[in-house]
Amino acid sequence: MESITLAVNGTERNLEVEPRTLLVHALRDDLRLTGTNIGCDSSSCGACTVLINGQSAKSCTMFAVQADGADITTIEGVADSDGTMHPMQQAFHEHHALQCGYCTPGMVMAAISLVEEYPDLDDQGVRHGLEGNLCRCTGYQNIVNAVLAVAGSGSKGSES
Amino acid sequence: MTMTDDPATHLDSAGHMGRPRLRREDPALLTGEAQFIDDMSLHGEIWVGIVRSTEAHATILGVDGSAALEIDGVTEVLSGADLAPLWGEGALPCAWPVTDDMRNPAHLPVATSVAKYVGDAVAVVLATSRYAAADGAAAVSVDYDPLPAVVDIEAAVADGAPLVHEDLGTNESYTWPLIPNPEAVDEAFANAAHVVSERFVQQRLIPAPMEPRGVVAAPGVASGELTLYSATQIPHILKVMTAVTLGIPEHKIRVVAPSVGGGFGCKLNVYAEEILCSALAMDRGVPVRWTESRSEAATATIQGRGQVQHIELAADDNGKVQAVRVKLLADMGAYLQLVTPGVPLLGGFLYHGCYDIAHYSFECTSVFTNKTPTDAYRGAGRPEATYAVERAMDSLAVAVGVTPEEIRSRNFIAADAFPYESCAGLIFDSGDYQTVLDKAVEMAGLDGVRATQAQRRADGSNRQIGVGFSSYVEMCGLAPSRVLASLNYGAGGWEAATVRVLPTAKVQVITGSTPHGQGHETSWSMIVADKLGIDPDDVEVLHSDTAISPTGLDTYGSRSLSVGGTAVFMATDKVLDKARLIAAHQLEANEDDLEYVDGAFQVKGTPTAAVPFAAIAFAAFTAHDLPDGMEPNLEAHVTYDPPNFTFPNGTHIAVVEVDTDTGDVDIVDYVAVDDCGNQVNPMIVEGQVHGGVLQGAAQALYEDAVYTEDGQIVTVNLGDYLVPSAAEAPAYRVASHVTPSPTNPMGVKGIGEAGTIAATPAVINAVVDALRPMGITDVAMPASPQTVWRAINEAQGGAS
Ligand code: FES
Ligand code: FES
Repeated sequence: MESITLAVNGTERNLEVEPRTLLVHALRDDLRLTGTNIGCDSSSCGACTVLINGQSAKSCTMFAVQADGADITTIEGVADSDGTMHPMQQAFHEHHALQCGYCTPGMVMAAISLVEEYPDLDDQGVRHGLEGNLCRCTGYQNIVNAVLAVAGSGSKGSES
Repeated sequence: MTMTDDPATHLDSAGHMGRPRLRREDPALLTGEAQFIDDMSLHGEIWVGIVRSTEAHATILGVDGSAALEIDGVTEVLSGADLAPLWGEGALPCAWPVTDDMRNPAHLPVATSVAKYVGDAVAVVLATSRYAAADGAAAVSVDYDPLPAVVDIEAAVADGAPLVHEDLGTNESYTWPLIPNPEAVDEAFANAAHVVSERFVQQRLIPAPMEPRGVVAAPGVASGELTLYSATQIPHILKVMTAVTLGIPEHKIRVVAPSVGGGFGCKLNVYAEEILCSALAMDRGVPVRWTESRSEAATATIQGRGQVQHIELAADDNGKVQAVRVKLLADMGAYLQLVTPGVPLLGGFLYHGCYDIAHYSFECTSVFTNKTPTDAYRGAGRPEATYAVERAMDSLAVAVGVTPEEIRSRNFIAADAFPYESCAGLIFDSGDYQTVLDKAVEMAGLDGVRATQAQRRADGSNRQIGVGFSSYVEMCGLAPSRVLASLNYGAGGWEAATVRVLPTAKVQVITGSTPHGQGHETSWSMIVADKLGIDPDDVEVLHSDTAISPTGLDTYGSRSLSVGGTAVFMATDKVLDKARLIAAHQLEANEDDLEYVDGAFQVKGTPTAAVPFAAIAFAAFTAHDLPDGMEPNLEAHVTYDPPNFTFPNGTHIAVVEVDTDTGDVDIVDYVAVDDCGNQVNPMIVEGQVHGGVLQGAAQALYEDAVYTEDGQIVTVNLGDYLVPSAAEAPAYRVASHVTPSPTNPMGVKGIGEAGTIAATPAVINAVVDALRPMGITDVAMPASPQTVWRAINEAQGGAS
């Protein structure tokens, strides 16, 4: 077992993990932060997306020990402490950008990071920026609209 | 919103119904608070790892767990034979023996002597952690003696084919005909001016909800109770089936579906892992859990489609179709799961599509293969039927020399023909198919698209345009129990609801529907709130736990609103009936003289003397002054059995651009006009259409469960099995037309499967339309760049 320290959602957490423990399992099973989901075993779906030192990353593609000392934000850490949702969460709600909600935490984290990185996103930019995050329910159009609403530009999807 | 026909106008426009309302389900899902199955953790739980067959067909000579037992945390390795006493005679259930002579081989949760498909469970590892269970399963070695495997369904019915189940002596499970008047069909074909004859292949699909499956079984050691948590669409059906399969008294079983991350039919089942974990938990007296990995899901969870279709149309010289004749081969896989054999039948009534065709002949032969069982996947039988008839109608249009829209118009069931008795014996409820098509044509700007298409053709452009139509009708709102009985289905099709008014006038709704993304909590609260004249936020909707909602038949077949929602609607009526009696008593008035306005009963035209709902709720609770003989409290329960199916319909138009150099297909426009009857929450309707369309388009262009000739699956993960991302997804332009269904009091029909049913033929018809000048009349699914490029290359005389 290895001792590591993660700053998760602003709180320092010390934990003992096997060297092969995936970060996503450390978050979910050891820290009981179960908002981050697992949708595959081939780094294909993005359900496990979190922010590591401010950058979005798939937490199933790295070992927890590789994140030792890192600053990690999960879906549990993006709303205000008074419960007010992050603008991206709010936009997903208002645009009906989720149905079953399983892809949603990963999608929201990827979208937050995308908008921060590319403030001038257009429809295609959002679509390609979120290519690594799969959703089986929504057909994506409302997700694209939600992200564009936060990014502050128009969408190819909405008529009228 | 892009509604061109405001659904609100068709419902009581004073309320919430018919207007978009944001979902109350969202905050928990958006913040990570929602609990999915793998988020649970129970004290003392043990993990199950499953050893799955690597052979498509093989005798199991031995299971060696010694290496696994060396692994830290692995406590036991159990073969199928070791486990057999846990279920005794109990085999996994098939609830739909479609014919009396259907062959249904015993299907044990873990195979004992022969593995029949890659992924078949052959041994089980128990461990103290997730990782140890996975490591242990990988370390078990199984000694197989391979047997010949049968993979292709046409090969399975050929003489001398290897047998999946030696003891059955055949690979055929059943043959199911629906031929009301065979002579009339023959005559129509004999006299036809045009006969279209097509063969289509429905490839197998992997449902791939983003949440894989999972099970946690928790025993009550002293009480003899079992609590089964499962990522399921059907907690109620699962409870009955677990009782029957394992012999646990049904009243000792509680089944809970936590938040469920999508299902699309693949969580409408009773799976080996549910029975296995339940049996082990009861036997060992500790919680037992299993979480499916995505790679495991490729073979451990049912697959969809898997059919070879032969369809023929007989038409007169105007292109009016007189008869349709269909022969189907349907792939059951190695075993019959819960409703496997019934899936082709759900399409079997709809091979005449939305057309007024006099004569009908349908026959399905269902066969076993050494592959994962098939079962219901979004649309279940109806997408396949719609695909065949819509592709064939385009062929007919070419034969007759008219446009696809014209051939459809010449054959549509007329708007004034409803209720319409179909040649397959169904009564279609309502519709105006021509108006729907006209609206889609207008939205698509068809003239402009065709002009661009003509220009590109004239220019010999390497980016050819194609337009594809798909006019569909589906039967949903499953289902009238008596009709299900006539189809040999093992249960009814009703749904239950309780509406309970609390002392403070807040309301609890208990529904037998089991949402997993459809937003029932929001929609049901709107229905109740409108009827009671209260705020939807004052209505709580409880579901998915048989201890809270003991009666129900769950969510599938686009049934929730038209059956479950109707039960809620009717239970609210019953509450109002009782409330009216209490109000009349308080007002010392005749109940017939009362009206319910803005949440209060008043004597008609006399708003000064009114009893608000809250006062009635409290009076019912205190019971201090109720009418003589009335029971206290305000609560009603309704079980609603629909008198008929509902028949959502629509026309979708796909416009594609085909890169003739690379074979790449891009959907450049997608228009959907759907008639799902009255709409409770148009925002949710539109979302269902979006997601449904992408799933249907994905069958057309991307998805395929690929097997090798010896039965190995190639597409095991999401890197190989191409669930589309936002980058591939088109933009959808969605509108609706409303013809209320006369079948239920809200006039609703259902929308969960419509997009998937419509989209596949729309997209392929568009691809074929783009390539038809090259002499191409068919493109196999999925129309991947390779497939399309090969078709073009062959048409141009190149080698394939
Ligand atoms: S779980 Fe990490 S990418 Fe799928
Ligand atoms: S909302 Fe269900 S997977 Fe995205």
